Amino acid sequence: MAIALEQASGKAPLMVWHKDSEIPDVDLIVVPGGFSYGDYLRAGAMAAHSPVLRSLKEKAAKGTPVMGVCNGFQVLTETGLLPGVLMRNAGLKFICRNVGLKVETSQSLFTGGYEDGQILSIPVAHNDGNYFAGNETLDRIEQNGQVAFRYVDENGETSAAGNPNGSARNIAGVFNKDKTVLGFMPHPENAIDPAVGNTDGRGLFDGLVRALS
Amino acid sequence: MSISNTAITPEIVAEHGLSEDEYASILKILGREPNMTELGVFSAMYSEHCSYKSSKKWLKTLPTEAPHVIQGPGENAGVIDIGDGEAAVFKIESHNHPSFIEPYQGAATGVGGILRDVFTMGARPIANLNALRFGSPDHPKTRHLVGGVVAGIAGYGNCMGIPTVAGEVNFHPAYNGNILVNAMTVGLAPADRIFYSAAAGAGNPVIYVGAKTGRDGIHGATMSSTEFNEDSEEKRPTVQVGDPFTEKLLLEACLELMATDTIIAIQDMGAAGLTSSAVEMAGKGGLGIEMDLAKVPAREENMTPYELMLSESQERMLIILKPDAASEAEARAIFDKWELDFAVIGTLTTTGHLVLKMGDELVGDIPIAPMVDESPEYDRPWEPTAASAVVDASTVPAPASLTGALKDLIGTPDLCSRRWVWEQYDHLIMGDTAIRPGGDAAMVRVRDSKKGLALTVDCTPRYVKAAPETGGAQAVAETWRNITATGAKPLAITNNMNFGNPQKPQIMGQFVGAINGMRAACIALDYPVVSGNVSLYNETEGAAILPTPVIGGVGVIADIEKRGTVAFKAADEAIVVIGETTGWLGQSIYLREIEGREEGAPPPVDLALEKKNGDFVRGLIETGSVTACHDVSDGGLAIALAEMALGAKGLGADVTPEGGLPPHAWAFGEDQARYVVTAKDAEGILKAAAAAGVPATVIGKTTGTGELKLGTGDSISVSMLRSVFEDWLPDFMAAS
Repeated sequence: MAIALEQASGKAPLMVWHKDSEIPDVDLIVVPGGFSYGDYLRAGAMAAHSPVLRSLKEKAAKGTPVMGVCNGFQVLTETGLLPGVLMRNAGLKFICRNVGLKVETSQSLFTGGYEDGQILSIPVAHNDGNYFAGNETLDRIEQNGQVAFRYVDENGETSAAGNPNGSARNIAGVFNKDKTVLGFMPHPENAIDPAVGNTDGRGLFDGLVRALS
Repeated sequence: MSISNTAITPEIVAEHGLSEDEYASILKILGREPNMTELGVFSAMYSEHCSYKSSKKWLKTLPTEAPHVIQGPGENAGVIDIGDGEAAVFKIESHNHPSFIEPYQGAATGVGGILRDVFTMGARPIANLNALRFGSPDHPKTRHLVGGVVAGIAGYGNCMGIPTVAGEVNFHPAYNGNILVNAMTVGLAPADRIFYSAAAGAGNPVIYVGAKTGRDGIHGATMSSTEFNEDSEEKRPTVQVGDPFTEKLLLEACLELMATDTIIAIQDMGAAGLTSSAVEMAGKGGLGIEMDLAKVPAREENMTPYELMLSESQERMLIILKPDAASEAEARAIFDKWELDFAVIGTLTTTGHLVLKMGDELVGDIPIAPMVDESPEYDRPWEPTAASAVVDASTVPAPASLTGALKDLIGTPDLCSRRWVWEQYDHLIMGDTAIRPGGDAAMVRVRDSKKGLALTVDCTPRYVKAAPETGGAQAVAETWRNITATGAKPLAITNNMNFGNPQKPQIMGQFVGAINGMRAACIALDYPVVSGNVSLYNETEGAAILPTPVIGGVGVIADIEKRGTVAFKAADEAIVVIGETTGWLGQSIYLREIEGREEGAPPPVDLALEKKNGDFVRGLIETGSVTACHDVSDGGLAIALAEMALGAKGLGADVTPEGGLPPHAWAFGEDQARYVVTAKDAEGILKAAAAAGVPATVIGKTTGTGELKLGTGDSISVSMLRSVFEDWLPDFMAAS
């Protein structure tokens, strides 16, 4: 993730430690993937209570953009910054593979590098990516345009076949109400380099850099 | 000895896996009876697992040197120079017995153990591989074991954030009671910053870091050095429990410490825990070591010296630091930051003795050099394996159609897709995976360069059983070929010798034969052994596994963008077979799966031909003369062609069996030293092959039809093959 951010922006991101109490003023806060605290409890649940998250929540409340990827998405739902929760994959197994991903809206500072409805191929790698929320919440976030990405099959349809983990309504990523916070399961940072795969993830980083500069 | 404890009876000695002779040697070394703690230390050090007592004589005969070898066998892992001041550090290790008893934790801690072996040498792990062998799919335990082992490997490697990029999975009834779980890790380190385990400097502090010590895994090394019987499941408490997050912290803390100038030596605590790490570090340095076991961070209360010395709790390291206070303070601060235990538990001495105290009380005193020097080494009697008759291909019945047989074969447990397995492994983390699982070898880029490492593990146990020497050579050659098929140059191997009870001459004969074959192949291919592991006594109720000398190979390619890959790239390209096809059906998958005959001599391995053909193919890839490349192995040409078509979308092939051979022998024979390549310019390849004296035959061309055609009127759709190929394993695992 740090490499992807640096490649797109030309600047190495500042790293913060989980025990830091203060995040400096920055353009963007990214909560990357991983297994925070081993995820021995619910994924992201421990990290959501780490000292640095208090500062993150304050920054987010003041409008600093925040992006959480994979475990970062789990952490952001655990903090309540994003609606819904991520449950164990429906197949009860870790899944690592490229999935079809549909960009639901290009109208955000995160997704401006893509077209509305663009279909991407991006890897997922997670054990707990099964997005869940009550129907009322799902209806509400859909009406508000808070769905960022959905899983799609090879024909670009939001079908059960295209859903790798059982996510409600094939949702792969969601915004907060103001679209200043985004969380999603796939790993665009692993789709930026033609030498080892496709470059479908680049649009996200390039779009972010444009929106924030 | 101030501590008087249980009298050592012959029963206690036997329970510790020590023979009468070995116990007599202990009495001689000590000049008195050991106490229980000392007996435990000897038992662990003299176990097959730690002492290599049955295998040492033969392992010594393997070639271990080459200009690019920085460190051969005898350290935590092997180290080779990959150019540009960088080194690859790698090793394979088995965790067979624990994985059968408790598949998730057994496999997980197998991964954890091999990772520590690599990062203890100063390398950051960049890839994991594994070789798995399970019993018959019909056996009631197989599904449970497959599910648990795969989940355990995934659980540990994924949490550590290290990609698991390649491996092999096979099934055979001979593994019903003894599965094999061999895990390999590859890491990268600066070639001039390798850390070793030999202690130095009497008076220097001995530091314990990492997780606390509990009562798990006590006597793992001894348990894994005996046969299984019906009570084996009662040995569950000897299986360790893994904590990958703590290991991730330990990895980062160790690498951070290694960037300072404070370490003299470092060694992980693996099999036989504190015992083997302390003895090996002091022994290699020709020193003594005194430890106060009361200072060992313990997870449980009232642990005895015996338990503390023999626990195999995971995620622990022993470090010899420089003696100054500043070094200790610097090291302690790093481990505090990562919230890991850091305890000074002893000092190096000039006595040459392992001295164990519990507070002020002396609880053990063993002279190290005599214990190590008198470590048993056996020249076990062995019988060569009787040669099997060559199967005459013309007597093997032909199938109704070649594509029908292909469809049957590609849906068999040993040939079907392993996607169900490797999709559970994060094979993309770190962002450098250039060839994903499912190819001939995986390829991982060296960060911030164009260079890549090609990695593979291979063994064909049915060949080894039928002809150990041929099978040993074939295992080495197949890794070499798989690496070559990606365009990389094979550099060195690590080996994992999985065999039955070495006290049986026919088993020992398999071991000796396999070593002889491996030695010949390593020499012929300039491909030395730099690390390895031996797992013997893989028997249950007297029945041994197939002899399984798993080879892990590492190669290097200068530019990953020039890599060769398996999938067809375009229609109307020539399909060329490099190497000679004689239609060898003995020990083939075809003979076993279609005819139900597991018999015959395996295909001969001509090492000079292997080298010549492989060097030629690597040259073709380097010069961009081929568009796809695949080695021919299990299932023969037809399976290789099918895999090349399955890797592409909408492409197929139209090939014609060569005359003069039964078509099914041509399609499914397993002759060695062969590759299938595709090319726009077949003529150029044929010319170059003729000049190099390499057999090359155009057998047909790729097509845009999505059909695989094997001769006139015999074709099958690739999508049909795909569903058969992909469905078997998920269907098997979903059934109950």
